[in-house]
Amino acid sequence: MSQIRPLFKREFLGYFRSPVAYVFLISFLVISVSLAFSRYGNFFKNGTASLESYFIFFPWLFMFIVPAVGMRLWSEEKRAGTIELLFTLPITTLEAVLGKFLAGWAFLTLAILLSFPMALTVGFLGQPDWGVMAATYLGAILMAGAYLGICALTSALTKNQVISFVLSLAACAVFVFLGLSSFTTTLESILPVSVADMVSNFSFVTHFDAFTKGIIDPKDVIFFLSLMGFTLVLNVVALER
Amino acid sequence: MIEVTGLVKNYGTKRAVDGISFKVNRGEILGFLGPNGAGKSTTMKMLTGFIRADAGTASVGGIDVTVDPVAVKRQLGYLPESAPAYPEMTVEEFLSFIAEVRGFRTATAKRERVEHVLGLTHLNSVRSQSIETLSKGYKQRVGFAQALIHNPPALILDEPTDGLDPNQKNEVRALIKNMAAEKAVILSTHILEEVDAICTRVIIIARGRIVADETPAALRARQPGARLDEIFRTLTA
Ligand SMILES: Nc1ncnc2c1ncn2[C@@H]1O[C@H](COP(=O)(O)OP(=O)(O)OP(=O)(O)O)[C@@H](O)[C@H]1O
Ligand SMILES: [Mg+2]
Repeated sequence: MSQIRPLFKREFLGYFRSPVAYVFLISFLVISVSLAFSRYGNFFKNGTASLESYFIFFPWLFMFIVPAVGMRLWSEEKRAGTIELLFTLPITTLEAVLGKFLAGWAFLTLAILLSFPMALTVGFLGQPDWGVMAATYLGAILMAGAYLGICALTSALTKNQVISFVLSLAACAVFVFLGLSSFTTTLESILPVSVADMVSNFSFVTHFDAFTKGIIDPKDVIFFLSLMGFTLVLNVVALER
Repeated sequence: MIEVTGLVKNYGTKRAVDGISFKVNRGEILGFLGPNGAGKSTTMKMLTGFIRADAGTASVGGIDVTVDPVAVKRQLGYLPESAPAYPEMTVEEFLSFIAEVRGFRTATAKRERVEHVLGLTHLNSVRSQSIETLSKGYKQRVGFAQALIHNPPALILDEPTDGLDPNQKNEVRALIKNMAAEKAVILSTHILEEVDAICTRVIIIARGRIVADETPAALRARQPGARLDEIFRTLTA
């Protein structure tokens, strides 16, 4: 497991060796902040000192933005042939998968935390509930990890980055749409309510919403963590096949 | 040191490697020859544990690659065909990364190894250049440097002199020859003189099978007076 460190370091710093990291971080901030100030977000108008209007878009935003980070994880190695180099180094597949995943997750966490000036602004303008704020950040980071697990897996299936991105987007979209009320209503009309409930339980939106209300429910934490674990195991299987 | 028995690899219905067996001891330099698509690279990939064989076994230092792949990889230095490397890293960053994964964890140990291989492969002048901006021959040297960084007991080099200028070709051959005393080396090549120049043994592969396994002198003796490429043609036709 000590082999994870050098892999993590190479991958994480790798984001900053190309303009990718800066383009990504800046676009992420610009898009997320402007969504919050848009008429859908109503950051000012709703008159509460909270970041709810900022974070409310995160499940949607992540649907596009996490595949952009995750698509290159394995596809790029396969395309450039460096995967042959990587897997003839004395490391196990699991170490490689974890090193890469953790690096991507750390990068996404950095992107999320860079919104902290937004939190400070709210703190300056009013009296926000810092507990709720912390819970929301935790939820966003966990959700990013779950999205990334899916994207790392789809990335391991192809050496084409475009296919990787589209597959990731589609897979992430499924996990968002499962929770939409219009979708669940349709589902309830064709499936027994208990089954429909179970299906909508897999939605990222449902699980993330609790965090934005300041509730850290172990059930939600376990949901995101186990989804990460599950996709990482599949990732190892996909690479070893 | 390296032992391969009955290796087979199928791609779909096509058999790329068809029952290859050989042994390489320390001090030997084995030259792998064969036409394009003969199965040289595929054999090497199975030996390094990068792809799984459909049948047969490969072991390095008595360890089976399928049983303990990590232990085998620790003993191997491998230069893949066309020397892949992370393009956005500089030569120095890349070699430091390899050194670190190869177990040189302290800054001094890492630097010592990196400096050593930079010197061996004459990469000092491009050490802070990113790999994507290097010429083909320099990229090849980076791949070679990477394979040597941990001074492995077994070296597997897939076309190590491909893309090098004549001076560098000779330099690399001399380097391999000098190291070979305590190493087992396998190299593939399309340059028949290379075999004469450094190999202690030659294996010629055609369509996944071994058609000759002997010393370069014995290979020449097959058709006295004929050029090596003529002998190669009759064997692989
Ligand atoms: N991933 C793959 N999928 C399908 N066929 C493959 C694959 N890799 C190799 N092959 C086939 O296996 C055969 C052997 O290929 P290999 O790369 O081992 O040849 P080689 O001897 O190294 O040739 P060269 O001298 O051109 O490097 C070829 O016919 C090739 O087309
Ligand atoms: Mg080849």
